[in-house]
Amino acid sequence: MSLLSDGGPAAAAAPSSSVAPTAVPPRAGVARRFLRKPVAVASVAWLLLVAVLAAAAPLLTSASPTASSITNALAPFGGDSPLGTDGLGRDVLAQLLYGARTSLVGALIVVAVALVLGLPAGVLAGYYRGRFDAAASWVANLVMAQPAIIILLVVLAQFGRSTELAMLVFGVVIAPGVFRLVRASIIAVRGELYVDAARVAGLSDPRIMRRHVLPVVVAPTIIQMSQVLGIAIVLQAGLEFIGLGSANQASWGGMLNDAFAKIYAAPNLLLLPGLAIVVTVTACSLVGNGLRDVLGVGATPPVRRRSAVRAVGPVVEDGRPSSGTAPAPDDALLRVEGLRVAYPEPDGGEGEVVHGVSLTIRRGEVHGLVGESGSGKSQTAFAVLGLLPPQAHTSATTLTFDGGDLRGISRRGMNQLRGRRIGYIPQEPMSNLDPSFRIGSQLTEPMRHHLGLSKAEAKAKAIQLLDRVGIVDPARVFDSYPHQISGGMAQRVLIAGALSCDPDLLIADEPTTALDVTVQAEVLDLVRDLQAERDLGVLLVTHDFGVVADLCDTVTVMRAGEVVESAAAAQLFADPQHEYTRSLLAATLEGGPARAALTTPAGGTR
Amino acid sequence: MLGFLLKRLGAGVVLVWVTATATFFLTNATGSDPARRIVGPQADAATVLAKRQELGLDRPVLERYWDWLTSAVHGDLGVSWFTNQPVGGTVADALPISLSLVVAAIVLTALVSVVIGVVAAVRGGWVDSALQGASILAFAVPNFLVGLLLALVFAVQLGLFPAIGYTPFAQDPGLWAASITLPAVALAIGATATVATQTRGSMIDVLGQDYVRTLRSRGLPTRSILLKHALRNAAPASLTVLSLQFIALISGAVVIEKVFGLNGIGERATSAASTGDVPVVLGVVVLTVVLVVVVNLLADLALGWLNPKVRTA
Repeated sequence: MSLLSDGGPAAAAAPSSSVAPTAVPPRAGVARRFLRKPVAVASVAWLLLVAVLAAAAPLLTSASPTASSITNALAPFGGDSPLGTDGLGRDVLAQLLYGARTSLVGALIVVAVALVLGLPAGVLAGYYRGRFDAAASWVANLVMAQPAIIILLVVLAQFGRSTELAMLVFGVVIAPGVFRLVRASIIAVRGELYVDAARVAGLSDPRIMRRHVLPVVVAPTIIQMSQVLGIAIVLQAGLEFIGLGSANQASWGGMLNDAFAKIYAAPNLLLLPGLAIVVTVTACSLVGNGLRDVLGVGATPPVRRRSAVRAVGPVVEDGRPSSGTAPAPDDALLRVEGLRVAYPEPDGGEGEVVHGVSLTIRRGEVHGLVGESGSGKSQTAFAVLGLLPPQAHTSATTLTFDGGDLRGISRRGMNQLRGRRIGYIPQEPMSNLDPSFRIGSQLTEPMRHHLGLSKAEAKAKAIQLLDRVGIVDPARVFDSYPHQISGGMAQRVLIAGALSCDPDLLIADEPTTALDVTVQAEVLDLVRDLQAERDLGVLLVTHDFGVVADLCDTVTVMRAGEVVESAAAAQLFADPQHEYTRSLLAATLEGGPARAALTTPAGGTR
Repeated sequence: MLGFLLKRLGAGVVLVWVTATATFFLTNATGSDPARRIVGPQADAATVLAKRQELGLDRPVLERYWDWLTSAVHGDLGVSWFTNQPVGGTVADALPISLSLVVAAIVLTALVSVVIGVVAAVRGGWVDSALQGASILAFAVPNFLVGLLLALVFAVQLGLFPAIGYTPFAQDPGLWAASITLPAVALAIGATATVATQTRGSMIDVLGQDYVRTLRSRGLPTRSILLKHALRNAAPASLTVLSLQFIALISGAVVIEKVFGLNGIGERATSAASTGDVPVVLGVVVLTVVLVVVVNLLADLALGWLNPKVRTA
């Protein structure tokens, strides 16, 4: 990337602006953490070295960087000119040193102009919004739509070649990048509750800005400026390279221009100015990256393991004796024993969130898995489906579906079960449909894949399913996009999707939690009817004993990653054995303050 | 969708007009006397005056602006002060060269960065680390330096491509491709690092979405989830960055053209800028802004096509 006024800072700004920081760590800690990063420290050292060499240029060489001598052209290393001379007999060392001056001064001009214009405008636009914001944003977009070098050419054509003038103008060109970043950071923080609270408390605008708003702008802006320094050095070199820098002024880009003219005779002349630019600009980026890491702003962290779609580490065999003592019936559809789920923790250890869960579901049985948020019930369901995040470590003493071992199963093998024989109904309907594809296409894709149906057959079956789940105008919904239907309809679509390949087991993760109360009842009725109609085994994850009472044959109650009680539903309601079950039941049935009554350490938050 | 496009088109027309107007007044109402510049410091006052009248510079600036604008709207961008050639023709001759270069670079950028971005997001590990390192380096190495190195190695040492010059497509497609390969690669490297980084980030975001988990729960093959569903949802962000990179590529092309001796827009603009040939400079500005507007409209169309919320609105 180089001569980009527009792509550069905008691209640099985009990730950080979407994640504006809400708190700035204490300064002292920041400095110490920064000093622990060798790459960042070395980069700062290099930039300081360049600055010192540039400032001390007259002390380090007596040669003039611009004095040419035809008789002494292309002199080798050593002698009067330690680094030789260029095609016009100019001293290379002197050019490098004085060129560093030109580069640094130019880059600082850019940073200063960009800050002076972009920062106050961004603060005002972000904090007060309104007309000023509209006008400033319009101007910013206007400037960002222009190729930087064209603007510079116009100005240089008009006012003559001058590197300082060019850098001044480039500062203006880059200011919209600063403006946008500052504005976005401020808009993000302005909506925070503590800022509202400060306003309600009667603090004055300047005070709110100083205390609560400006601090969030500092970190991203400093990071952006380290990048702007680099961009400015590269752009300046480009201008000098095409001969539009100040005449009679040494510069790295000018050196490259001369080297280009002598590229056949002395290609080595490219080396030193080229390296000077590359190393200096790299140092700027690395300082920026170091600051970003230390300040915790923006940027997606590196992907350490094979991720998301690729694969969950398979559930591994666990040699520990099974804690589940319940007799395992032979007609079990799903049998889970001693299931453990753990996640790596920042300190290098592992935090276990599911501690040896066991449960069994027979064909045609509806099994409720009940517990508070954080009890590990959803983790258990996802572990069965093989849909935990890739960093999860899962093990079990037994994990079988219809007699087949799911532990260590290949991704391909699991994909032949998922969707085909095990259906999944998610919790939140709207976020579980792909927004870019029509509902019809999302419904037919698994059917065509698993059942080998033709397009027309799959469509017919999808419409039949949509009709079955109670959608009034199935043909229209089939052709709709997810944003065009309601949440209740979306949940029906997801139920149709879970059932599309006629599975034997349905895993439903709080299928009604996100719905309106009236819709909840309808969806539960639907699940019950479909279960009876198809003799499905169902694992119903819920925190609601009302739902359990309504639908379930058997129940497992979980707390903090452990099973506290497992029984037939009727028996559990009639005679709860465990204290925790009793308190849950009491809370549900009497509508009392359920959460307040419980003093359970949450096992995990996932 | 149509309303959205019309709105964007209107904004584009305004952008061209504002830019042209600002440039016109900057170049016509400020700075040193162009007539003096053209005839040289030795010429006497009468010569300067004659030149000024010849160029119409003695008329009020608003009148000149109005004339220029009305002609420009009809496609006439005036004549060069130095060569007396029509600006439109001069610029139009150079356009295919620069356009070949920039379009080849943007296509290259799009293809390579999608592959790298997706692989880095999905596999992580060394591909991801390499992308992070390469994007820092690609940011630090000026593209003209990359061009010089490519020319040294692939043209001068290995003789695989011509070091300089341009062959029109109509004359010989093979030679045309050879003549723009090195400059396009030099241009594309920096843009690729930026777009690939964006693609990686948005792929990681999308892969963390609920609907991806639900698609996986349906037992669909990984290939379909990644390349059909995730990529489709990650595409708008990448496309936006790509369209911004187009503007940066125009800037880059101005410099790269010099390295490879291509007489494109950049070369015209640079020489017009160093001589102070205002009509040519203005023509180049108008042309590049029109290009930017066209590309932004194409990007809007593509974004609309990708995003059903825009399309069905």
